Amino acid sequence: MTSETPGGAAPTPDGAAPAADDGEEVLRVEHIAKRFGAVTALVDVNMRLTRGEVLGLIGDNGAGKSTLLKILCGFQQPDSGRILLKGQEVTLKSVDQARSLGIDVVYQDLALIDQLSVYHNMFLNREKVRGPLLSNRAMRRLARQRLDEMGIGLTTVQAPVARLSGGQRQAIAVARAVYSDAKILLLDEPLAAMGAKEAAIILELIRDLNRRGDVSIIVIAHNYGQVLEITDRVNLLQHGEITLDKLSKDTSVQELNDIVIAEYRHALEERQRLEERQRTA
Amino acid sequence: MSDIAQRAPEAIGAPPDGPGKASPWRRLGHVGSVFIEQREATIFVVAVLLVIYFGFISSASADFFTKADIINITQIMAPIAIIAIGEVLLLICGEIDLSPGFVYLFAPFLMHYLIDFYGFPPLLAILVSLLFGLVVGWINGFFTVTVGVPSFITTFATGFFLYGLTLWTSHAEPVPPSASVEGIGHWIGSYAWSMLAWTLVLVAIFHVILIWTRWGLYTIATGGNRLGASEAGVNVARIKYGNFMITAMLGAFVGLMVAFQVNTIDPSAGGFTAMFYAVTAAVIGGTAMLGGSGTILGAFLGSFVLALLLDGFNLMGISANVINMIFGAAVLVAMVANVQLARLRRAGRVS
Repeated sequence: MTSETPGGAAPTPDGAAPAADDGEEVLRVEHIAKRFGAVTALVDVNMRLTRGEVLGLIGDNGAGKSTLLKILCGFQQPDSGRILLKGQEVTLKSVDQARSLGIDVVYQDLALIDQLSVYHNMFLNREKVRGPLLSNRAMRRLARQRLDEMGIGLTTVQAPVARLSGGQRQAIAVARAVYSDAKILLLDEPLAAMGAKEAAIILELIRDLNRRGDVSIIVIAHNYGQVLEITDRVNLLQHGEITLDKLSKDTSVQELNDIVIAEYRHALEERQRLEERQRTA
Repeated sequence: MSDIAQRAPEAIGAPPDGPGKASPWRRLGHVGSVFIEQREATIFVVAVLLVIYFGFISSASADFFTKADIINITQIMAPIAIIAIGEVLLLICGEIDLSPGFVYLFAPFLMHYLIDFYGFPPLLAILVSLLFGLVVGWINGFFTVTVGVPSFITTFATGFFLYGLTLWTSHAEPVPPSASVEGIGHWIGSYAWSMLAWTLVLVAIFHVILIWTRWGLYTIATGGNRLGASEAGVNVARIKYGNFMITAMLGAFVGLMVAFQVNTIDPSAGGFTAMFYAVTAAVIGGTAMLGGSGTILGAFLGSFVLALLLDGFNLMGISANVINMIFGAAVLVAMVANVQLARLRRAGRVS
């Protein structure tokens, strides 16, 4: 076990975190907690994101990663805690409102509508209109242009997304968020369901955004190799708290794996202890 | 036409400009496949076949193309088509309304009470009756969306409530519309072509709303992937409320229209029959019962087919009792044809 695991030095909200102190802070999360009935998803999350940074969020299934992202994009509201954008406290009441503040998201389930075309999906809830009518031609042209820029080869943007492959669907969802002019981009498992070739496109896109320097990204991923390759910093979420905050260059796949294996071992011991207690009772 | 998303445009990988140096035959084949790609294609073919059958083949062909008969067909079609507009919107967003036939029943009585018992001016009474439809739609939306009762039960309940309310307040007696409302009544329902005119106008308006506006896009999104739509920031509750309100108001409008056309406010009008005709028209017209896709134009053609069947078999002098059997069988045949053609469409898409 490393010293950053539970009981170790959790990052403090006042900036004593070990990484990326130099950049301008765009997002700060303080003491966020969230319960769903009897289930506690987030206990006390503290997190910060600097301008142009790519932050990897890792953790076990059910650790609360997706919940945290859904709070940051305004889809769900926290029970307590504060969210600050560039030092200003904000209450994110809806997806629309978060978007107007420059936060956009790619959900794990992609939030695509199978029956709608590629371009209608790319512009869902931010359609180009002329008066009351949809400006389909303009949306088709822009969708075409953006997908070409991203290197995603679709012969038509008019097909319903139901007909696309898993990777193409993912790419559409990512393109939708990327081209919303968001300053903070939240990506929940953007590489799930992707073949190596498609994943490379998305990885390149994330790197490209990073190079431009004005977009900050939080990305959830399971493949630690990929995480360390594209991120500047990683945060580990365990049992509803951030328990590790390190620059990507200061950690390794080995270290992250060890933490997770330790967690498994811990869970296994818990179980055995519980069974033993039941047997004796 | 192929810019319309849910109309199944050419398959991915197809050349964007269709066949290049195509022979006339291949071009015809291309036009044919584009036609089959339209979900309204089957029901259109069925309608054409029925017109040919009743107009040229059946024993009723002499009476079929007369002006009086055409007007009769439009008057059978109008109530079905207009309520079907609402049902298409609701079916697309994953709901159903069983009550518009009862809004249809009560709305003209409400107009009658307001004019004859409360001294309302005719136009105001008509507006209040239409607004009443909106209120019923809101209640349907409230119990379905906000409280979480399945729409099948919610609208069954509001339907029965309105049925009882009508019979109780009217003592189950028919009344003629007040003389003071006659002038407006002509425009709404009693001129020979007014029902057709309203049908065409409303079908055109709602077709545009479904295909070319955000409301239509969000209706499809809501039925296609409710969670995804709301994650993208679409207010799915608002869409459902709105479509319930549209449907109930169209029901109220149809009630007034029919009351003016037959010059009677009838306590046996409307009901479940009116609703089931409309839902049937929507479904044989290509609207999915499980949500996510549907077409107003198809529902309009579906209601035309139902009207042709009802009118045509009647002209042939088939007894009223037997007509129901034939009608049931004919609807089933139309739907089977539709399903088969849809399979063909999907197969074409894969190749």
